[in-house]
Amino acid sequence: MASEFLPILVLMTVSAVICAAMVTLSWVLGPKKTTPYKSSPYECGVAPQGDAKERFPIKFYLVAILFVLFDIEVVFLWSWITVFKDAPLDFKLFSGAVVGVYMILWIIGDAYVMKIGALDWDEATSLAPEKLLADAEAARAALPAPVPVRQGGL
Amino acid sequence: MSYQPIPTIDWWAIAPVSIVMVTGIVALLIEMFRPNRNNNTIVAVSLVGLFLAGLSVVPQFSMPFGSSFGGMVVRDYLGLVLQLLLITVCFVAFLFSEPYLREKRIAFAEFYQLALWASAGGMIMVTTENLLMFFLGLEVLGIALYCLTGMCRQELRSEESAMKYFLLGAFGTAFVLMGIAYLYGPTGSLRIDAVSIAVASDQPHFVLMALFGFGLLLVGLCFKSALVPFHQWTPDVYQGAPTNVTAFMASTSKIAAIGALIRVLAAGAPLVSYWFPIMFWVAILSMVVGNFAALVQKDVKRTLGYSSVANGGYMLVAVLAHVQAPEKVSLASTLFFITGYGVMTMGAFAVVSLAARDGKEGTRFQDLHGLWHRAPFAAGCLILFVASLIGVPPTVGFFGKMFIFNDALAAGLLPLALVLAVTSVVSAYYYLGIIQAVFVQEEGAVKNESGRPQAGLNLAVLLCALAIFGISLGAENVLKFMAPAEDGRQPVAERTVAQR
Repeated sequence: MASEFLPILVLMTVSAVICAAMVTLSWVLGPKKTTPYKSSPYECGVAPQGDAKERFPIKFYLVAILFVLFDIEVVFLWSWITVFKDAPLDFKLFSGAVVGVYMILWIIGDAYVMKIGALDWDEATSLAPEKLLADAEAARAALPAPVPVRQGGL
Repeated sequence: MSYQPIPTIDWWAIAPVSIVMVTGIVALLIEMFRPNRNNNTIVAVSLVGLFLAGLSVVPQFSMPFGSSFGGMVVRDYLGLVLQLLLITVCFVAFLFSEPYLREKRIAFAEFYQLALWASAGGMIMVTTENLLMFFLGLEVLGIALYCLTGMCRQELRSEESAMKYFLLGAFGTAFVLMGIAYLYGPTGSLRIDAVSIAVASDQPHFVLMALFGFGLLLVGLCFKSALVPFHQWTPDVYQGAPTNVTAFMASTSKIAAIGALIRVLAAGAPLVSYWFPIMFWVAILSMVVGNFAALVQKDVKRTLGYSSVANGGYMLVAVLAHVQAPEKVSLASTLFFITGYGVMTMGAFAVVSLAARDGKEGTRFQDLHGLWHRAPFAAGCLILFVASLIGVPPTVGFFGKMFIFNDALAAGLLPLALVLAVTSVVSAYYYLGIIQAVFVQEEGAVKNESGRPQAGLNLAVLLCALAIFGISLGAENVLKFMAPAEDGRQPVAERTVAQR
């Protein structure tokens, strides 16, 4: 049983050695003449400005999560449809009921997301006033005093 | 192509879980339309739904026990009692949550839906012998609790605790899932008795894999039930979460995790010689670390958090006694203690939740000073809850600890019994500290700004207080009800052994 996988082990070892050699050798042998310009983050790009640690809106994450959910839904439905086509009647009824329940829950959840305006990116219109107020207070409380952005560059 | 046969369906067995789930969905629909701009309708619907779910559990005690849905759902005493308990705990939490949420200015009505779903997840966990169903319940419970922990968005502490809970909880979940995978590998079974199958196969490497998987499963479960050395998240999360969530989480999560732990440990009987010494030390460490760390806390919620770790240790002693000698020691005292724990924890946290006012909340000991002036009834009941947590005689806490002590002795686990007794005495010190904080009113004490109790809170506290006396007065009957050995129904450990 062990000998069966021996070639794979050999392959992994050889590739590890080659990778390590490539990285190490170029690091050891390569010439190192640094200039300030060379060691800037983007040697060939625009000089960076400001601080990297900034707060930024993460609204896309909701879209991403919803996308994953819809993806999963399709995976379930697709496999079910494939089996459903020529299944006996009792299986059709049973699995149909199960998928029906699943879809109802799905639709309710989706309607909830729409109704509370989770996809509406303009928060002034989407959030209930008391939520907006609470969030604004929270944001004020959470943020440190504003600091002027340092001008970066070379 | 072959089709899976349609499994036998026992609608009663899933009725409680379904009712709680559907109640959550109905509450969500109400939240979508928000007819009155307040949560009163949601609370009312949730309470009615929980009541119905409780009603649907009761007739099942006289129905035939066994599994349905192809082994996904199981009906037995353990599951039914714990389901009833989870429903009750959720009910009490809802009674005092609304005033608290208003005082704390938390505009997050999804509390009720998420809490209902978390309860349903816990109920799934305690009524299944299928590892995947168990995992599903764990996740439904866990994810809902992560959101609830962070629902106080004004407070950085709440956010921080949600983050910690989420990261560490995801870690624990990963352990559980890896454990299930390693149990499935050698046996091809997702049932909880995969360990027995692996041992029966007589293949050493199968047994080794099952042992590894079982170990991972135990790590994950100890994590969820906050046993030392997997307890580090507990005090931070208990302190950071809004108090009503802490109360709900302390009870629900512990009840569900210990319920699952009972089944898993009972199913792990073939490997008992490997894991027993480890769990033995986990129990001792939980009791010692929980109680001694609680001594030096300055925050009531942290103290209660460590006390919950210690109580987990007591429960583990009872479970170990049952697994060690299933023919002599029934699960009754475990269930009795868990019930008592749920009631007294809910009560204590309900009173502590009075510390919130006008969007602020202080839960250090000095923030509770003079509480008895403004809320004499709640403060009076707090004495009762604390007395029960210490284990003063006529309360349920005393009987629970006494039964566990006797069980441990009967199973020949003298060291555990002794540690339990000694650490219980130690615990009196910090519990009395809570009482002292409530009743002291010194010159120059921190000016107290806590809110006034409302009808819902008084009702919740009253229910808990009545339960503490009611259960302990009828201790004998409750114990008999929880372990009806005479009518031929086997306790969990014996049944699993019999299947093997």
